Amino acid sequence: MDNSQITRAGSQTGTGSRFWRNKKDYLGVLPFLVVAGLFLIWPTINVVYGAFFSDEGKFSLKYITETIQDDGHRIPFVHSLQISFWTSIAGGILGALFAWAISTGKPDGLARRFVLAVGGVLAQFGGVMLAFAFFATFGFNGFVTTLARRVSETNFLASPEWLYGLFGLGVVYTFFQIPLMFIVFLPAVENLKPQWREASESLGGSAKDYWFRIGFPILFPSFLGGLLLLFVNSFSAYATAAALISQGTIITPLDIGSALSSETGGASAPLAKTLSLYMVLIVILVMALYSLLRKRVSKWEQ
Amino acid sequence: MKLGIPSRVFRVFIIALTALYLAAPLYGMLDFSTKPLGGQGGRTLRAWKAIGNQEDLTSSITVSFAIAIIVMLLIFLLVVPTVIWVHLRLPELRRPLELICLLPLAIPGIVIVVGIAPLYRWISINITESPISLAGVYSMLILPYTYRSLSASLDLVDVATLAEAARTLGASSMRAIFGIVMPTIRSGIMSGVVISLALVLGEFTISSLLSYDTLQVVIYLLGREDGKIAVAVSLAALLFVFAILFAIPTTKRRGAILDADIA
Amino acid sequence: MADMSTNAYVQLVSLSKHFGKVRALDGFSLDIAQGELVALLGPSGCGKTTALRALAGLQDLDSGNILVDSKDITFLAPNKRNMGMVFQAYSLFPHMTARENVEYGLRMKAHRTSSSERVARASKLLELVGLSTHVNHLPHQMSGGQQQRIALARALAIEPKVLLLDEPLSALDAKVRTQLREEIRRIQIEVGTTTLFVTHDQEEALGIADRVGVMRGGVLEHIAAPSELYERPRTSFVAEFVGITNPLPAVVSDGSAEVLGVKVPTVAGSITSGAGLALIRPECFKVEASTSGNAKIFAISFLGATCRVTIDLSDGSRVRTQIPSHDATNLGIGSAVQLTLKSVPVFVKGA
Repeated sequence: MDNSQITRAGSQTGTGSRFWRNKKDYLGVLPFLVVAGLFLIWPTINVVYGAFFSDEGKFSLKYITETIQDDGHRIPFVHSLQISFWTSIAGGILGALFAWAISTGKPDGLARRFVLAVGGVLAQFGGVMLAFAFFATFGFNGFVTTLARRVSETNFLASPEWLYGLFGLGVVYTFFQIPLMFIVFLPAVENLKPQWREASESLGGSAKDYWFRIGFPILFPSFLGGLLLLFVNSFSAYATAAALISQGTIITPLDIGSALSSETGGASAPLAKTLSLYMVLIVILVMALYSLLRKRVSKWEQ
Repeated sequence: MKLGIPSRVFRVFIIALTALYLAAPLYGMLDFSTKPLGGQGGRTLRAWKAIGNQEDLTSSITVSFAIAIIVMLLIFLLVVPTVIWVHLRLPELRRPLELICLLPLAIPGIVIVVGIAPLYRWISINITESPISLAGVYSMLILPYTYRSLSASLDLVDVATLAEAARTLGASSMRAIFGIVMPTIRSGIMSGVVISLALVLGEFTISSLLSYDTLQVVIYLLGREDGKIAVAVSLAALLFVFAILFAIPTTKRRGAILDADIA
Repeated sequence: MADMSTNAYVQLVSLSKHFGKVRALDGFSLDIAQGELVALLGPSGCGKTTALRALAGLQDLDSGNILVDSKDITFLAPNKRNMGMVFQAYSLFPHMTARENVEYGLRMKAHRTSSSERVARASKLLELVGLSTHVNHLPHQMSGGQQQRIALARALAIEPKVLLLDEPLSALDAKVRTQLREEIRRIQIEVGTTTLFVTHDQEEALGIADRVGVMRGGVLEHIAAPSELYERPRTSFVAEFVGITNPLPAVVSDGSAEVLGVKVPTVAGSITSGAGLALIRPECFKVEASTSGNAKIFAISFLGATCRVTIDLSDGSRVRTQIPSHDATNLGIGSAVQLTLKSVPVFVKGA
């Protein structure tokens, strides 16, 4: 990458780069493009492209239409949307409330560090380990189940079948949605300047006035952004479900996993790709909404 | 900010409720992993002591760490210099590069594994069967975080001026990038290291569907055999990460990025 | 030193507040007459902001009383006190336009007005602060000075009993600061609101206040009109905090002090006899070129209308003087000069 052949290029694009342009410079990005191309770009294209083929390798819209019509695929997809929606709301509200509760405490105390560390850890909690944690707590020999059995045999918590279905999955998902929302939303809450509350009070406003006219409106975009992130997080999750649900494909990621490596002969690469394509479309849509929201919020961040 | 009485009560209630919800499974893990054998006798640390004896576990930990190191090398030697290079020399490529680096945010692990399966089939036949090859795809998964913190640091420090200063003093471009620019944006790189580690150690989706035995996959398989040990391992991993996170001062996270895909 | 005229509009009576070991307010008392602008001046930590916030109701007290218009409001909630407040930073609600910000107080139950009246009043105030063209702008679209003016309009919209200004200019550029403080004063006089203005910048305080109170360690050291504070400070702290002083050896007897060979009257609060240090203001010196002078010029700074001339005395001490520029035309670094005093009262502190 030496500049022995220096050609002076009129620099019209970009800011601040006063280096003289040289065709050879483009070589510099080649290694990266090779790696990214192999491990990122090509797989993506592979998925999108492959969705439009049949198992025999011929161009076909078979799977594109079939997945919408076939209950075996449409229902898991609906489940995925439902579980993502509800867990992001549940996790979002609880996480946001928890963030508010922590933000009103001591700014640099030990408690704050502790909570943030715990939040960081829990948000990164591998899906498999999370599932095991819930087995250990709410499963057949879990301590909550044992306690519940002592209270009454017919107790909801005493018979742990609920854990292994969609509802149980939702409860487990909410477990990691809360810390994620906490981490994501805490900065927004902390950005609420005390001066705004004080100004509102000195102008005659009550606590209700402050929250409804100032606090909530200011926090709303960040809150909504957090919900969107939580939605994507839940929608894309695979590991927890794989560890928790031993039978069946109640959500789309499991459906994809089965289409990829089913032992019962139901494996089909184009099917997996089609399902993946639908997933990607949803994720892109939500992420686009998220970045729009971020732009709004950054306007207020002085 | 002083809170009124009803606010204070509400606040304590929220903290207590959430703490309970979050602590229950953690306690559950502790309880479960120390349960007496066959319901008789007292608590035991058998499961915990057995962690050291699990060959699969230790070898998968080693492999996972090896993968993490390769991923970090790829990030340092490939991704970071490329981003700096584009930033300095090829500004018109900044947008396309950004799009590539943010692509993993839109493509979940489960989708990537579908598209990349043929490649890894080929790799395991022709190059190596070891999970080490996962480093390739893992480094791509980390791109968004690396890129975000890098470009934030780059915007902050006037990299072009620094690099030019180095060049006028006689340094070659490579020297300028590695010797001058990179140390300046050290903090951005550091957080990338932490995230790399977290992602590699916690990744399950891709490795399991490609049939590699990484740490999470081994824990999963262990869970099918001996639940107690699996739970003990999980709790141990958690405590370990917590200790690390608690030790380092809090990092502020702006513009919240999706935390490493837990799937 | 307490200032206790009865029936003042605002009375802060012996306020005390401590934070851990620190006594922010230590029996602090202050009276403000109706329509008056009082500035609280002091170094950081002296308690001036605490006092202001106590008046606003945003700070609870250990002891003491606050009366406004003869009513005890010590335990009244801040949103019932009807006081307008302007903060140092982040005054405005970021998601509301200028107009919406100004109208905020008028939407509250306490100040509820009809919507037409609210709009009219907001418009009038926006005009008063000179920002009618910015009514629909959001705070981040306005400069710091403009934001503070909107904050002022917002505070005045509710026709407050007292206007509280907590270092409103400290976060602004120097030039904007001078302009804005005069505008604040103009508006305050026009509207006639009783005002408490907290600042650490003495130029600000002296420039616009009816009376300036110097605070230290949670108490009021001296409160007086700006000129009196400056010319006749009552304690050495006030003398040294406000304006520049040059300490020179002096001998006091019979109500006058001998400094640099000149006899001048002493100010109340000075020591009454013996040796001490006279605190001389820069403009109280007389500097004349003289080959047999008692001093030599060390440096000269041309400031426009005046010159700051730093002079070294024969005993080694260094003095900062200020003289009209046209008197300095023949002076240069190293010039020998005769330094004497004008016949003005001085404050003499113990040696």
